Amino acid sequence: MMKTQKRRKPRGGKILVFFLGLLPLFWLGWDAFNDRLTANPIEFITHYTGDWTLRLIIIGLFITPLRKIFNWPDLIRYRRMIGLFAFFYGCLHFLTWIWLDKFFDPSEMWADIIKRRYITVGMAGFLMLIPLAITSTAGWIRRLGGKRWQLLHRLVYLTAIAGVIHYYWLVKSDIRLPLMYALFVAMLLAWRARLWTRAPRRPAPPPLRKSPHAVAP
Amino acid sequence: MLIKQAADLRYSDVTPKSLYLNRRKFLAGVPAAFLAGRELLSPSARAFAGTTKLQTVKSSLSTTGEKITPYDDVTHYNNYYEFGTGKEEPAELSKNFKTSPWTVSVEGDVAKPRKFSVEELMKLAPLEERVYRHRCVEAWSIVVPWIGYSFSTLLKEVQPAPKAKFVAFETLYDPKQMLSPFQAGIPLPYVEGLRLDEANHPLALFCFGMYGETLPPQDGAPVRMVLPWKYGFKSIKSIVKIKLTSSRPPCTWNEVGANEYGFYSNVNPNRDHPRWSQKTERRLGEFFKRPTLMFNGYPEVASLYSGMDLIKNY
Repeated sequence: MMKTQKRRKPRGGKILVFFLGLLPLFWLGWDAFNDRLTANPIEFITHYTGDWTLRLIIIGLFITPLRKIFNWPDLIRYRRMIGLFAFFYGCLHFLTWIWLDKFFDPSEMWADIIKRRYITVGMAGFLMLIPLAITSTAGWIRRLGGKRWQLLHRLVYLTAIAGVIHYYWLVKSDIRLPLMYALFVAMLLAWRARLWTRAPRRPAPPPLRKSPHAVAP
Repeated sequence: MLIKQAADLRYSDVTPKSLYLNRRKFLAGVPAAFLAGRELLSPSARAFAGTTKLQTVKSSLSTTGEKITPYDDVTHYNNYYEFGTGKEEPAELSKNFKTSPWTVSVEGDVAKPRKFSVEELMKLAPLEERVYRHRCVEAWSIVVPWIGYSFSTLLKEVQPAPKAKFVAFETLYDPKQMLSPFQAGIPLPYVEGLRLDEANHPLALFCFGMYGETLPPQDGAPVRMVLPWKYGFKSIKSIVKIKLTSSRPPCTWNEVGANEYGFYSNVNPNRDHPRWSQKTERRLGEFFKRPTLMFNGYPEVASLYSGMDLIKNY
């Protein structure tokens, strides 16, 4: 029964989301090829990859509200991929920093992490993404159990907040963009908070032993 | 109490320096090749309409031994918030900036206050070409062949009164040609200030051009200051007013964040910006960061600050 159902699900959507997720990287490559990374390419790449990490986290946070508001339950199928792409760009962002900014100098990195609060909070946000990426598989959902998995994956709310603060503390004066991201994150979290306060004791979801798509609100 | 004992092994014992350097070379290899490629591939410098050639004389105050940053980088990597907060925006948004006719009003505590046209100002002294390092507070730097003369020449012309202690500068603010303060994220017009003795230092350049030509708009046309021992934002652009005062004038970035941008804002690797380190900088076009030098490598200005605590007076 499960198997036939699975086979009927169209794969086109996932393939499309996969290529959409790669698009920012292609753009970066294309811009690099055409010498459009400004006079300071390293800074450009750092900002670009950071920007896309935050954007993808926000897009991921949109899934649940959109599912509920517009009654599109199928959207859940793309959430894991979006989350993993956020982690992917987060890794590129982190790599640019340790490689092109710090040249793998551990003492320099450590000094930065403890001294620069925007790096402290950015690093915290990145570290929180790691367990989420690791436990994104169906196997891990099963091992943890839907409820605990769900609880763990709420870390992404903290990552989103950390990402916005990281950006806000970094800019010199033009806070319009960080504020815009902050507004999105605030809206998305407020929507969830409202849901929890309204119905504090929803019946617990079934253990979800088979579906790889556990649902966190 | 902790008694520290020297480690038996040093890093150089574990990894010979030659290998270590090799590793750095390898790590740098890919992006460095990319940076080199940029230089080869990049189209010939995007020229600007409206700049004209300038006749210059050599200057003994010119910095030697530095590789000049490509014109294209200096004109497409700008902080000029009136024309956008992005680095490449100013080149685009300032394209039609009207820099002629242009007058500069010199006023305040001076014996001979007056308005100068830019043409008059350019004739006050022979125009010198001076190569200076230019270090941005954001930890990037460039090397630019500026054109101008020491600002002290202008001060001599207007004769500061004995009570004058400071010089206040103001950039044009024309809302028809520039963004709003909200869009720029800073109060406008942009203002800056120097102590009179700083302004009188021969290195303080009253600048009209660069790379053999008049300044393009995004680099501060038609006239700007260049203060190579201070962070870039002190070198105010597109000046319309110069006022000598007895009290310390306000400075835009200092107003925005006094704990981050001090009145002096001398380049100082020992005084970090509260949010980032100032120990190193990235020279545009280079792969490795390089150490930042005290006073940006212009120790001749040190006497201006003798006896001052430059960590407190940042």
